Amino acid sequence: MTALLEVHDLNVEIPLSSGRLHAVRGVSLSASAGQAVGLVGESGSGKSLTLRAVMDLLPVPATITGGTIVVNGVDVSRMSAKQRREHLSSAMAMIFQDSLTALNPTMRVGDQVAEVPVRRLGMSRSSARARATELLDQVGIKDPERRYRAYPHELSGGMRQRICIAIALSAEPGLILADEPTTALDVTIQAQVLGVLARLRRDQGVGLVLVTHDLAVISGTCEHLNVMYGGRIVEDGPTGELIHAPRHPYTAALLRSVPDPDLPVHRLLSIAGAPPDLLEAIPGCAFAPRCPAVIDRCTTEQPPLAPIGRMRASACWRAHDHEHWPPDIAEPAAGEMRA
Amino acid sequence: MTTAVGPVARGRGLAARRPLRMNATLAAGLALLGALVLAAVFAPLLTSWDPIEQDLSRSLQDPGNGHLLGTDQLGRDVFARLLYGARTDLRVGALAVLFPFLIGGALGLVAGWRGGWFDLVLMRVVDIVVAIPFFVLVIALVFALGSGTRSIYIAITLVGWVAYARIVRGEVLVAKEQEYALAARASGLPTYRILLRHLLPNVVLQAFVFSMSDIVLSILAIVTLGYLGLGVPQPTPDWGSMIQEGQAFIFTKWYLAAVPGLAVVITGLALALIADGFVHRSGRR
Repeated sequence: MTALLEVHDLNVEIPLSSGRLHAVRGVSLSASAGQAVGLVGESGSGKSLTLRAVMDLLPVPATITGGTIVVNGVDVSRMSAKQRREHLSSAMAMIFQDSLTALNPTMRVGDQVAEVPVRRLGMSRSSARARATELLDQVGIKDPERRYRAYPHELSGGMRQRICIAIALSAEPGLILADEPTTALDVTIQAQVLGVLARLRRDQGVGLVLVTHDLAVISGTCEHLNVMYGGRIVEDGPTGELIHAPRHPYTAALLRSVPDPDLPVHRLLSIAGAPPDLLEAIPGCAFAPRCPAVIDRCTTEQPPLAPIGRMRASACWRAHDHEHWPPDIAEPAAGEMRA
Repeated sequence: MTTAVGPVARGRGLAARRPLRMNATLAAGLALLGALVLAAVFAPLLTSWDPIEQDLSRSLQDPGNGHLLGTDQLGRDVFARLLYGARTDLRVGALAVLFPFLIGGALGLVAGWRGGWFDLVLMRVVDIVVAIPFFVLVIALVFALGSGTRSIYIAITLVGWVAYARIVRGEVLVAKEQEYALAARASGLPTYRILLRHLLPNVVLQAFVFSMSDIVLSILAIVTLGYLGLGVPQPTPDWGSMIQEGQAFIFTKWYLAAVPGLAVVITGLALALIADGFVHRSGRR
């Protein structure tokens, strides 16, 4: 498989009056055609900023302070802003969390789907219109000719997110970056939208990078998973293996905090403590203050993301020692994840 | 004003968040303004008097005797001057807002989008213009340019654009971080397309609402300039000069100043109702 996207050692910093917030700290990931990669972590873990950095959409004043982003084999960090925009937008498209704000409220949804074909791909209006209608049909919108003329506020959340997917597809990208695409939707609609994305992947070989805090969404969609904490990837590997046998205490703790419908729930488990302050330099592992398996080394020395076995990596000093982790995190209570 | 109404009305997005298309406030405002515009357009049908024809033998007549609102100190028909004055004041008021709206709006759009030195320089210029009192600057400019409607347009445009630049810039700063603007950027659309189709229709409402009250302000500016002898040249009928001439007779013929004054108030009311109606329709507060 050819890598559509390769991010290496990406760093993003946000200058604030109180100091520099080091939000993304050396993140590396890659995505290939037809593959779905998940990026999971709690709020403030840097997952969305990573995605926006890749798409060159960082909010002011956040800036990329290090690392390389290679898209379709070309390093975009060396390009001019204009070249980069052109290259990125022809290779990738992005889907956002809130489909109401992600659509222009003053434009018919069909025209928004047809916009890139007309303005960028040089299609005639009538063929772009036909193409847009076809895309609407493809993402599962019934009666696409009629829906073409609707305004965003006239459609339901699930339908709007389908429109957003259709807009993303209109540019014929190899890779779709999705930032919490189902978080704002009901569970049943969530499943439908994820179904659309899965079909695109299967039928058209579109790659997918999915950012979410919802492990259930990831486990049903992505074959590869990156777990982020405090601006770093702390564990990386095939989704099934990570979920069944986490090798980073944070992944284990995250899995334990997912309620299991088959078990009697006495109380929802949460991870004690608070996420790290990214304004400060963290000498050791960012998770150490909350980690039940912490050892002295964790607070003084940063564990690197080191390979453990085939295709897996964990940034934990005790990754190979997981049998000896305290029992309350050693076994994922959830057992098996469900989509 | 047609360009201002265009995107809002056609785009409907802001306008259509709630199903209600028309509301009582908007309807009342439009009806009132419509009546004023009709009265101005069909002035020759509503009165047979010539607004500038003098008849010194029939000066300062009471209402009645063929003169609906009597005559002024030069024997001109007050009702005719009121109707023809609407032509002058509505036209000058609207045009004196149109140019600042277009120029200030365009500059604010670019400044908010681009940021950087352009934004910095533009906003400092805005600060300077804002620091000087509106009337002082307008009067000084009209004085320098010579009196007449053209000078009024230029002076009000030079001073008035700053408000639109500020409003639109502020709205763009918010809108450009909205996801639809990010999506438009991500999809590689040309900048002009993002600005004109994705941002402008979504930021124009605030500027449009402001322009409604700004029309009243520019009518007042014209009135003030007329008072200082820098306004619309005589004998063109205009409400400002009518008020100014009428005030000499305020104790005997109070309506000479009060009626054109009321016309200004009604115009202001109509425009304020339209502005409120649009805000209400958009569902914003």
